[in-house]
Amino acid sequence: MGSREEKTPPHPPLGKGGQEGGRQAMATRDAYGAALLELGKKREDVVVLDADLSGSTKTAKFAKAFPERFFNIGISEQDLVGTAGGLSLAGKVPFASTFAIFETGRAWEQIRQSICYSKLNVKLVATHSGITVGEDGASHQALMDVALMRVLPDMTVIVPSDGVETAQVIQSIADYYGPVYVRLGRAKVPVVMPGDYRFQIGRAHSFHIGKDANIIAAGFMVSVSLDAQKILKSQGLDVGVVNMSTIKPLDGEAVLAAARASRLIVTAEEHSVIGGLGSAVCEFLSEQHPVTVRRVGVLDTFGRSGKPEELLALYGLTAEEIVKTVKTSL
Amino acid sequence: MTNQGMVTRDVKQLVQHAKEMRREIIKMLTESGSGHTGGSLSAADIVTALYFYKLRHRPRDPAWRERDRFILSKGHAAPVLYAALALTGYFDRELLKTLRRIDSPLQGHPSSKTLKGVEVSTGSLGQGLSLSNGIALGLRMDGLDSRVYCLLGDGELQEGQVWEAAMTAAHYGVDNLCAIVDNNGLQIDGFCCDVMKIEPITEKWKAFGWNVLDIDGHNMEQIVDALDEAERVKGKPTVIVARTVKGKGVSFFEGKAEYHGITPTREEQENALKELE
Repeated sequence: MGSREEKTPPHPPLGKGGQEGGRQAMATRDAYGAALLELGKKREDVVVLDADLSGSTKTAKFAKAFPERFFNIGISEQDLVGTAGGLSLAGKVPFASTFAIFETGRAWEQIRQSICYSKLNVKLVATHSGITVGEDGASHQALMDVALMRVLPDMTVIVPSDGVETAQVIQSIADYYGPVYVRLGRAKVPVVMPGDYRFQIGRAHSFHIGKDANIIAAGFMVSVSLDAQKILKSQGLDVGVVNMSTIKPLDGEAVLAAARASRLIVTAEEHSVIGGLGSAVCEFLSEQHPVTVRRVGVLDTFGRSGKPEELLALYGLTAEEIVKTVKTSL
Repeated sequence: MTNQGMVTRDVKQLVQHAKEMRREIIKMLTESGSGHTGGSLSAADIVTALYFYKLRHRPRDPAWRERDRFILSKGHAAPVLYAALALTGYFDRELLKTLRRIDSPLQGHPSSKTLKGVEVSTGSLGQGLSLSNGIALGLRMDGLDSRVYCLLGDGELQEGQVWEAAMTAAHYGVDNLCAIVDNNGLQIDGFCCDVMKIEPITEKWKAFGWNVLDIDGHNMEQIVDALDEAERVKGKPTVIVARTVKGKGVSFFEGKAEYHGITPTREEQENALKELE
């Protein structure tokens, strides 16, 4: 395919995911590449499209195995989305991948008009979301993609927490009819989901429901939240963590259960605090069960270049920040 | 009988069908009081040739797997599509009167979720060719010989996505696709050449690797010949650049940019229908 494989960055995995001694870690995009390859073996109707980033999004693995079912559309995200829509109209199950900011931003209106309005069966799986893109800087860091996708009728929005969940998500959305946005990352992150976990669209996973506070998180921030939970526990606070991997449709029951158990909800996401998971939780709770909600995320600002761990610290996406938020809000 | 007895290559008959199409367009737009008159009339001959002659379709079985597909990328010309669907038997022509009403499946711009026969929702310009490429690639993968026809406006060519899709079609040699440009020279704000020059249109498509046919879009003989010729060309996509007149068929609408988005008054309807007898 001529695509250059972008190696997952050499630095150690971000965070510990609440575990000492280090559990298995992988980038969700690597899990995607492997899952897509497996899916391609099982299902002939799966086709994959990319916009000149197949080495980075990891769709290159599928492309190598099934060249006749892979379409590189070049650097043209609007056409990427439209062509994927057409393939779904012909009965295929297209997975269209590029970086999150280009997929959701550059092609937003195509996703609205061509995909969602006709409710086409297109899977938009984007990588390089969030601040942990790192050194490439603000131009490449999607901090508003969840907001852009969540506002679209008929769109399902999924933010897997780790590589194991990502693999399950990919299988699951192939079996579901309708447009889906999946948000993946570049950096290696710890595996946090239990071995017996089974992903279902719209179903959150509660690690524990706390009496003092509950953290509702998505993506890599689930791992960070588990670290925070451990710290808070050592300080005598009973804090729960909920992995809200499906942000739309939101698992209202899980949010209610957490809000009923404690008077404080903290949301944690590697995204702007405007329009993402924090907003979704606030919208739901303000109508259903008003409690105090504090949002940990990027505060209405662009990112910048730096190492992922430096950026996480600079923008307050850390266990320490969550701990501080919980303790100052109780 | 794929087209339920309506299929004809007889140019005289097609011309009569086109007149009937224009009458229905005038009537539904007068009734609705809003909609796009000029660009529906300019495309009437092309769409007539497609639905009454070229398209392999089954109006009673709109989801027939082996059908040819028609994508109206210039979705504001919805009335011409609705007229074609009604007159070829997709639904009762009485429904045309409900255009743009609150309870109507005939949305202001085509919606595939509300109306069978509409392949995909369009209306936001520049998106139909990408969708058409995807369909054509999918049909080819399945070994089906179905063809895809995509109608674009000339003003629509100002959208960058059209040229992204033009590259894709040529790159993948999508020869089961035929694009048609309704080249009526006008857009909402005036002449295309004044608003944003898009000429030379045929040279642009050639440069993008397409087979280009330049025809008179109101000459039925030329239209059916071009549609047949497009099917014979292998290895590359074909675009028919059809020179047309906005508002064609109604003398007092012809060539007027202001009738892009204005509908006929009752009096204009009466005079228009007389001209279209």
